Amino acid sequence: MTVIETKNLRKTYDTNHIEVHAVNGVDLKIEEGEFTALVGPSGSGKTTLLNLIGGLDEASEGEVIVGGTVITGLKDSKLIDFRLHNIGYVFQAYNLIPVLTAVENVEFIMLLQNRPKAEREARALELLKKVGLEDKAKSRPGEMSGGQQQRVAVARALASKPRFILADEPTANLDSISTTNLLDIMAKLNQEEKITFIFATHDQRVISKARRVVTIDDGKIISDEKRDA
Amino acid sequence: MKTLLKIAWRNVWRNKLRSLVVITSIVLGIWAGLFTIGLSYGINEQRTRNVINNTISHIQIHHPEFMVDRNPEYSLMLDSQKIDALQNHPEIKFISQRSLFNGMASSTAGGNGVMITGIDPDAERDVTNMWSMVSEGSYFESGKKNEVLIGERLAKKMKVAPGNKIVLTFQDTEGTIVSGAFRITGLFKTASSKYDEVSVFVKNQDLINLLGTGFGMHEIAILLKNELILEEVKSELSTMLPGNLIEGWREISPELGYADDMMATFLYLFLLIVMFALSFGIINTMLMAVLERKKELGMLMSVGMNKGRVFLMIMFESIFLGVTAGPIGIGLSYLTVAYFQSTGLDLSMWGEGLESFGISSTIYPVVEREYYVIISVLVVLTSILSSIYPARKALKLNPVESLRAI
Repeated sequence: MTVIETKNLRKTYDTNHIEVHAVNGVDLKIEEGEFTALVGPSGSGKTTLLNLIGGLDEASEGEVIVGGTVITGLKDSKLIDFRLHNIGYVFQAYNLIPVLTAVENVEFIMLLQNRPKAEREARALELLKKVGLEDKAKSRPGEMSGGQQQRVAVARALASKPRFILADEPTANLDSISTTNLLDIMAKLNQEEKITFIFATHDQRVISKARRVVTIDDGKIISDEKRDA
Repeated sequence: MKTLLKIAWRNVWRNKLRSLVVITSIVLGIWAGLFTIGLSYGINEQRTRNVINNTISHIQIHHPEFMVDRNPEYSLMLDSQKIDALQNHPEIKFISQRSLFNGMASSTAGGNGVMITGIDPDAERDVTNMWSMVSEGSYFESGKKNEVLIGERLAKKMKVAPGNKIVLTFQDTEGTIVSGAFRITGLFKTASSKYDEVSVFVKNQDLINLLGTGFGMHEIAILLKNELILEEVKSELSTMLPGNLIEGWREISPELGYADDMMATFLYLFLLIVMFALSFGIINTMLMAVLERKKELGMLMSVGMNKGRVFLMIMFESIFLGVTAGPIGIGLSYLTVAYFQSTGLDLSMWGEGLESFGISSTIYPVVEREYYVIISVLVVLTSILSSIYPARKALKLNPVESLRAI
């Protein structure tokens, strides 16, 4: 089943009256349960494509269809709500809320979804267990390592039961052990729970784990390679 | 909502120093505001009390023309029955009958224009505090004839002291110039140096002896048992004593009443100015907090936190700053005012200046309860209003750009 589809997707920036095509006519389909890496050199447009897919950025042209809903052109308030219920995000800099504990960070997304307290608490603890951080539930981000924070971020991204997870350079700030741990967790979630992951990365360790590698350069897809599990 | 409140509260303490600086400034603002209000009310109240207790009392009765002309011929022609009725009135504590003459006091050093007030010392002692203002000499205690009590300032100007003689010259009811030598029995010092410079007190009986004839009194000063029913007693007396002018202290000395009204307006304005100044502190702090947390706000908006919640979160942070500082500021003000209410604030360094306005050099601040309520409401309102600009700024952030922020 297709989870994401982009049709002739374009994003053009006007920098000092010079048009820069960050994404230049991308047609892409992501199927449910895929573990996809968008790769390419810096400035190739992979993060912009990720932002367009996630509804964070507005396309200059073309369409993004998520689960049958055309999200390009949705009003801001609708888009925020759409993101809340359909998309999980993992950011390069973890971006946890520093004043909340790990479990509160995970719960926070469900709170925005107005889920009952008991359900929030149970699911947050269950997700922290999945990422191997049940003992850090009461720790604040400042008390955890980068790798641990990123695992909390994965748990948070999963909390809203999204259709897919977008991860922008999730391993860029991690050491190799933390990276391996994180990738193992993500791969396990992908295989066992069929969670769709899309990474924007140029980290070879992520690329080697991916089962689909879409290479982008100058805003265009130049190769799309599927690998066996 | 609970989590938003929790986040907002914890966010306030993320940068403790910055929050403490703004909280301290709000505390000091509230304290300064309330203490200034206390001082202003204290000064005004004291000035009013001084005038009431030392000279005016609560109600005065005059001949209607006397207040226009101050001619001694306009005396009160009240028979003894009416005087008795006044003395026995259930709401009247004491009365004092006074005769008033504009005249001249002369010594070897020169003459000064004065207001000569003839009194019955015992009755006057019941109605006003003039007896307690005697700083040198005594208050008509020797029982001798032709004694005069004068202000310290007048004595200084005339270079006289208790025991010296001065000559009082004034016109009688028929326009004849009358003079008499009076020995200074004492000097008084009120909170008003101006009053001390132009007032002298003599006994009514001595004036009668001097004039060789009886005359009516010009003024009856009335001290009530309860000042709160002044208006009721006044209207009752108007019916009881037709043809006489019955006035309360606000009419006799309208500047005191105006000062009360003006003070209230001024103090409200002052509070608003204090709050306006404080709002800039809050805006600055919250704006810094928003700009510093661009990335975090970008993340919150990316993951689906709607604008209303972002707005509320910023507003709660701002309100928390205000409501943390508010009770501390109010408590500090209450304690300061309570302390100086019992000990008084000694401003004797500026005593002379204050006395020229009829104000004692020791001020007892007073803050009405309503001001504590008003300032509490104002602090919350200021916090809410101050949060609008930073919150709007947060709402205008672009999630993608904010996530890229360093």
